[in-house]
Amino acid sequence: MTAALDFVALLGRLLLGACTTSGRLALFGLSGLSHIVRPPFYGRMFLRAFVEIGYFSLPVVALTAIFTGMVLALQSSTGLSRFSADSAVASLVVLSVTRELGPVLAGLMVAGRVGAAIAAEVGTMRVTDQIDALSTLSTNPMKYLVAPRLLAGLIALPLLVVVADILGVMGGFIIATAKLGFNAATYLNSTLNFIQTDDVVSGLVKAAVFGVLIALMGCYQGYNSKGGAQGVGQATTSAVVAASVLILAFDYVLTELFFAR
Amino acid sequence: MSDMTPTIRLRGLSKSFGDKKVLDGINLDVAKGTSMVVIGGSGSGKSVLIKCILGLIEPDEGVIEIDGVDVLKAPREQRTALRARIGMLFQNGALFDSLPVWENVAFGLLAQRRCSRAEARTRAADVLAQVGLAASVGDLSPSELSGGMQKRVGLARAIAAQPDILFFDEPTTGLDPIMGAVIDGLIVDCVKRMGSTAIAITHDMLSARRIGDMAAMLYKGRIVWEGPASGLMDTGNAMVDQFTHGRREGPIQMELRK
Repeated sequence: MTAALDFVALLGRLLLGACTTSGRLALFGLSGLSHIVRPPFYGRMFLRAFVEIGYFSLPVVALTAIFTGMVLALQSSTGLSRFSADSAVASLVVLSVTRELGPVLAGLMVAGRVGAAIAAEVGTMRVTDQIDALSTLSTNPMKYLVAPRLLAGLIALPLLVVVADILGVMGGFIIATAKLGFNAATYLNSTLNFIQTDDVVSGLVKAAVFGVLIALMGCYQGYNSKGGAQGVGQATTSAVVAASVLILAFDYVLTELFFAR
Repeated sequence: MSDMTPTIRLRGLSKSFGDKKVLDGINLDVAKGTSMVVIGGSGSGKSVLIKCILGLIEPDEGVIEIDGVDVLKAPREQRTALRARIGMLFQNGALFDSLPVWENVAFGLLAQRRCSRAEARTRAADVLAQVGLAASVGDLSPSELSGGMQKRVGLARAIAAQPDILFFDEPTTGLDPIMGAVIDGLIVDCVKRMGSTAIAITHDMLSARRIGDMAAMLYKGRIVWEGPASGLMDTGNAMVDQFTHGRREGPIQMELRK
């Protein structure tokens, strides 16, 4: 009986802990987002975050997208050939890349690269009193550290996904024409005929949400880190794991919103 | 407001973290233009005291007055304005790694939109000169500076906006005795030149006597002694004498975790 009660108490503690963390995260996120539209604005901090999230993530996102497109063309060709539906390769590649793989893979790669960097930087600032120093210098840390990164994530990720979409489709095109014997003009024609505005827009909206989630988790974990180097390390790990899981969860929710009939 | 109103007045200030009572009804007055040094062992609540006054930690109860205005009850704008009058030198400098030294020094001026970047750079060079650093140091990154230089830059940042209240958290910790004396001298110069009111917390008795006009000792969250800093080494208070002379035996027992 006691063991059963202990188990229920443990479940209760876990549930309360999850609710508390969710509430704190939501308040932190809302506060950060509200500072995006309330002056003063820190343009330099935004530009720095934008270059860090957008520009420096280009190589990793580009490589991920191009190889994913190539693998997708190869896999779908072998699979679809069983049903004599090889001609659907172009449509399958473009649909998968724009709706799903472009935003999700770009999001996961950026979460690993940028989410960790944000958490480490903000966390180090926390444990070395730099965030307290900001407050003593008439600067709201949410405005100076969090809002520019959220805005940069919101804008940079969709731009990265545009690049990922183009390179993903290009990867599929390269394999289809060079290895699978597709006619280049026919392949491109099928791609352009099949793709619809909604496919691209849904991917870009997902990317914007993922961008905010990555920056938010990096900032939140870093901002609340404690205990020196070990605390910063934990914050970094938590930021990447939490952002990755949230990206997959929100991907499902957004897909449901866009495409569920 | 009379001239007798202390610049900083604390009454019944208390703060707990979980079961641990860190501040337990602190009463303290710091008169305008004087320097108060707060001494006490590690974990006695000195840093929490300063962070409460700065607004970085919300106290559980008590009153914090700056020039007679209750900071905790003041509207947000007034609270922000009052706290903008405070400059702070952090224990480890807390310089912003991502900014060059001159931007660290001019950060408060730029944040308050009090001047352009070009003017701020000139002002930063002036303030760096006041703490004995060449203008060329302004282009370096904080990580390129020695501990003593980082303290000087931290001091320059604290005084750049010419605050009328200054806080110093362990200003000489980690410095050699000569550099410690240099930093103390700079602190005294800055405080006297600007006519600021200052609170410093320190373990360094030599530094305490050099910086402070008045001194107070914090023990277990309470002020157990207050008096002139010049008499710190011979107060007649058993706790203060044990602390200032670094004796193992006495009324203060080290708390060992079991």
